[in-house]
Amino acid sequence: MTLSVTLSHAFPGFTLDAAFEAPAGITVLFGRSGSGKTTVANAVAGLLRPDAGRIALDDVVLSDSARGVWLPPHRRRLGYIFQEGRLFPHLTVRQNLTYGRRFAPRGQRSDRVGHVVEMLGIGPLLDRRPGALSGGEKQRVGIGRALLASPRLILADEPLAALDDARKAEVLPYFERLRDEVAVPILYVSHSVAEVARLATSVVVLEDGQVVRHGSVRDVLGDSSVTPLGAREAGALIEARVVAHAADGLTELRAGDISLFLPRIAHPPGSAVRLRIAAHDVTLSTVAPVGQSALNILPGHVTGIRPGDGPGAIVSLDTSAGTILARITRRSVATLGLDAGMPCHAIVKSVAIAPQDIGRQPGGPT
Amino acid sequence: MTGWLGPQEWQAVALSLRVALVAMLMTLPLAVLAAHALARWSFPGKLLVNGLVHLPLILPPVVTGYLLLLLFGTQGPLGRLLGELGIVFAFRWTGAALAAAVMAFPLMVRAIRLSIEAVDPKLEEAASTLGASRPWIFATVTLPLILPGLVAGAILGFAKAMGEFGATITFVSNIPGQTQTLPSAIYTFLQVPGGEGAALRLVAISVVVSMAALLLSEVIGRRVAGRVSGA
Repeated sequence: MTLSVTLSHAFPGFTLDAAFEAPAGITVLFGRSGSGKTTVANAVAGLLRPDAGRIALDDVVLSDSARGVWLPPHRRRLGYIFQEGRLFPHLTVRQNLTYGRRFAPRGQRSDRVGHVVEMLGIGPLLDRRPGALSGGEKQRVGIGRALLASPRLILADEPLAALDDARKAEVLPYFERLRDEVAVPILYVSHSVAEVARLATSVVVLEDGQVVRHGSVRDVLGDSSVTPLGAREAGALIEARVVAHAADGLTELRAGDISLFLPRIAHPPGSAVRLRIAAHDVTLSTVAPVGQSALNILPGHVTGIRPGDGPGAIVSLDTSAGTILARITRRSVATLGLDAGMPCHAIVKSVAIAPQDIGRQPGGPT
Repeated sequence: MTGWLGPQEWQAVALSLRVALVAMLMTLPLAVLAAHALARWSFPGKLLVNGLVHLPLILPPVVTGYLLLLLFGTQGPLGRLLGELGIVFAFRWTGAALAAAVMAFPLMVRAIRLSIEAVDPKLEEAASTLGASRPWIFATVTLPLILPGLVAGAILGFAKAMGEFGATITFVSNIPGQTQTLPSAIYTFLQVPGGEGAALRLVAISVVVSMAALLLSEVIGRRVAGRVSGA
């Protein structure tokens, strides 16, 4: 199942003009606040009627302004996970979960209530009302409610934005499971690069209502010219495999033919993980570094230098672990005489890699 | 109780209860519809509809009663039409119920409208994304959430209908056993020498019924609100 979206909509002082496709897996609509992400999600859900455009799921046309087709929201068969949860306050968790079931066609009704409840760990909450749930619990119930409507597409609009860091860490793994267990496309709106790094299979970058980049999460995060949140948030994604957990509390990973060491992570040896290395945590050296403390040294070649507006620049490096971005000063670029094609070493402190930026790689049924 | 109240007094109390109950029950669905329309829909002439709904609240009751007489009297255009269907309002208890309903309507609409406006439309949107049609959303989300306001509005309407005097006496007069409601009876007793005793007894009943209605609405409202808020 693939979602294809072409739409344009004018607000006073703002025009949205977007076209993209979202296959199975999580497609993150990524951009800063006001870039038009939620408008796209609401148009897909039918909560907003765009001026023009066509939205379809494979051959099922949800809206097509050229042909005058417009399905109302309740006939689109989607699951929408909202930022504020929007659970029904007068219903129990169980009643919330099963609210959408009756509307799915008989043959396609989910008989997996038990499975979904178990997957989200909300069994003990079933008889409570939403007023008695924490923010993280509410979002897990919201995921379950969307899932049990047997949707053809799942929409999630900044589902973690209203949660504190601890609750985010609680809910994120459930989205990873969702990504790996359901076969329908998931359109996930976010302005958090950490969520992109953890969850996305592909990314659509929106800036001022325009799609500026659309591609796999590795390509988009590894592209130094795409920094919708500013250079400060730049950072490439690396795919690695867990080798072993050492006795001194470090975990050894293998990416390409490079060994990486991180503070211990929960993933067992053999599992495939991905981690975002923030560009501002990377130091560059033109000679093989000796006599220094950082454990992670990634040799490679400079592939590009993008000077910023201020004193900084982003240097792209091709290593056997993949693309690495380093944010250094323009003065350092000049001092080192960096140029495309030059051999160079990226140096990353183990403790610099944030645990929440490490996630499992997409797998399972897609 | 009939020993304590004279037959005319008893008739007035019974009639008033019946009139108020019928008026409230017949008005409630219409009031919910009007409140929903005013709170949620946008349509041409909304301002005018809003004005019409509230008119009985502003007009002198005598004027409302007289307009009802013009419209629903035996010679009135609507009265004649309905008369052919066997529905007669003029000088019947049904007319008293109609007058009470018209006077209670704006109060009920206001109470229910406030509670509808307090329901987050985002919840209704969420229900629609889950596959619920508009009527279904109303029945399963909006209605349960406005229940406290609905109950409060209904009881307010009942109390208003119990006490309606001006429009009723203008429209259907003051016929003992037919259209003499509690307030009309009190008025009549006060016009005759030695009627103060009967009037006072009816006044006492009025106070008790009104107070009971208020307390009931408070208790029911609280219970329903607790259930609905999910606390």
